[in-house]
Amino acid sequence: MIFRIIKKTELEKLFNVLSDENRIIGPVEVGRDQDSQAIYGFRDVADFRQLALDYTTTSLPAKKYFLPYKEDMATFRIDGKDWQKTVDYNIDAPFVFFGMHACDINALNKLDKVLMGSVYPMPYYAAKRQNAFIIGIDCEPQTYCFCRSMGADTVLHGFDMFITDLGNRYFVEIQSDTAYNLLKKVRAEEPLESDHVEYMHVISEKKKKFTAQVDTTDLTKILDMEFQSDVWKQWGEKCLGCGTCANVCPTCYCYSIEENVRIDLKAANKNKILYSCNLIDFAEVAGGHNFRPERHSRLKYRYYHKHRGFVEAYEESLCVGCGRCGEACLADITVPEVISSVRGETS
Amino acid sequence: MSDTLAKPKTYLGVPVHRPKVAFFELSSCEGCQLQLLNNEATLLDFLSLMEVVRFREGMTGGTDDYEIAFVEGSVTRQDEVERLKKIRETAKVLVAFGSCACFGGVNQLKNRFSMDQVRKEVYGDHPIDTDVARPLESVVPVDLRIYGCPVKKEEVEKIVTRLALGSEVFYPRYPVCMECKANGNICLFELGEPCLGPITRAGCDSWCPSNRAGCWGCRGPADDMNITQMVSIMEKYGFSRETIVDRLECFGGFSAHIETFRDAVDIREKVQKT
Repeated sequence: MIFRIIKKTELEKLFNVLSDENRIIGPVEVGRDQDSQAIYGFRDVADFRQLALDYTTTSLPAKKYFLPYKEDMATFRIDGKDWQKTVDYNIDAPFVFFGMHACDINALNKLDKVLMGSVYPMPYYAAKRQNAFIIGIDCEPQTYCFCRSMGADTVLHGFDMFITDLGNRYFVEIQSDTAYNLLKKVRAEEPLESDHVEYMHVISEKKKKFTAQVDTTDLTKILDMEFQSDVWKQWGEKCLGCGTCANVCPTCYCYSIEENVRIDLKAANKNKILYSCNLIDFAEVAGGHNFRPERHSRLKYRYYHKHRGFVEAYEESLCVGCGRCGEACLADITVPEVISSVRGETS
Repeated sequence: MSDTLAKPKTYLGVPVHRPKVAFFELSSCEGCQLQLLNNEATLLDFLSLMEVVRFREGMTGGTDDYEIAFVEGSVTRQDEVERLKKIRETAKVLVAFGSCACFGGVNQLKNRFSMDQVRKEVYGDHPIDTDVARPLESVVPVDLRIYGCPVKKEEVEKIVTRLALGSEVFYPRYPVCMECKANGNICLFELGEPCLGPITRAGCDSWCPSNRAGCWGCRGPADDMNITQMVSIMEKYGFSRETIVDRLECFGGFSAHIETFRDAVDIREKVQKT
């Protein structure tokens, strides 16, 4: 592992070096809610000053840059009896992600396992993931953040460099040769012992700020035991079945496919749409049988995939504890509350 | 109609049947039909896929030899009942075109009041035949519904293409929130605006919320939507029962579901008092 120290002013220089030739995506303030609190989102950024590096959590995850909500998997040109298929992974150049929190990088690492590590990797995802240069950034735990419970408050890989704010300077962790070479273009120094001490102080202070948590002890077993628990029905009564939790989730990757012929009959496309297991027809099969016609069974399924099935397959949860689903859910269904109710800790 | 339009279409070398279609309007603003004409970029493609034999907004004259009837508007008069029955007899496929045809639409707002009251308010002492506004299916069976006030032309095109190719026609069964999130919008509840997106059928590509206007439910209920929870969410966000019921009642899509929520605010009573 290689570490560097850069002055805060150097970060802007780094941005400018990168933005000369690359598309940069980063956190920006996209609006204010009715209480004047900033709402953040990832956007294309042309000017360093647009970045909100002290952002809390973006309402929507970084997912769409890797797994777009809607994406053409293939387009077809139809000419008489003949047709020609074009497959495009929908990325034409590398891009830079400037300022991603640990939870979101961990989310990408989890997606990597499913979409790149499986027998049939998904090239649409891989093309974007492997062309992303990711700069991670430390964060301030919010009341809804339970990433620490999910082991996602720090990140070990899956990024190029990670910066931690030490007041007047950044502590930089370098993970790729691209990042190493890039840092040669700005003033970067070897960290001193005092920088190490300061870094350790910052992370231990951060640790104290977590308030939300999820007890994952024996969770796969408990979920097995409580499959018939009444709490699922209670949450199901609240659930709107709107799919918002999946859409704001940085790791939900399920999708649906639609094929359409253009109205002039000269072209067609095969379109992928990110879907949600909370939607009524998610488990409906040919012939019309629906395996999960009730909201509570669908809501439960999502929890079982995240906190049981995935854990059994990969020895880690598919949830990074970013808290977005709970924040976005109009019905106030949050992961810490659902899990704690399944554990019998609340009524 | 020009020769290019009349030339039989093929898809992958297979001839495509060009159905004869007619457009009709009952009580409505005819705005849904206008949506079709507005789509100038693909209007010719539309016309080459379907042979339009009657379309008051787009042509003079017309015949009654058609296979598909697009009927816009709600049924509010006896003569419309007769017309609709006749259309049903002629058409192989009857399409309820737009929210008025599907649910009664904005017109059905008058159903809150007594018809005498409505007639007097609008027409004074002028004698006029008007009854409660009803969706087409209360009079005749409907084969296909195209939702929206107005209909979304992209969705109409998709449906029409599928009809022409004989492939399955389907709609999103999920609510507008799916499309709204995909479009990257800020949730309107965060901005203090009521929105029926969580319970309304998608397919509009979150047309209103994408323009920072809360959904009024013009496309009717999504499958398995949770209206009880929706109402309590609206209350939690501080919207009055009246605001909620007004919104739910606007297009008629939720009329089967709102009686329980209307109890607290009986608008008919209120109006009679004023």
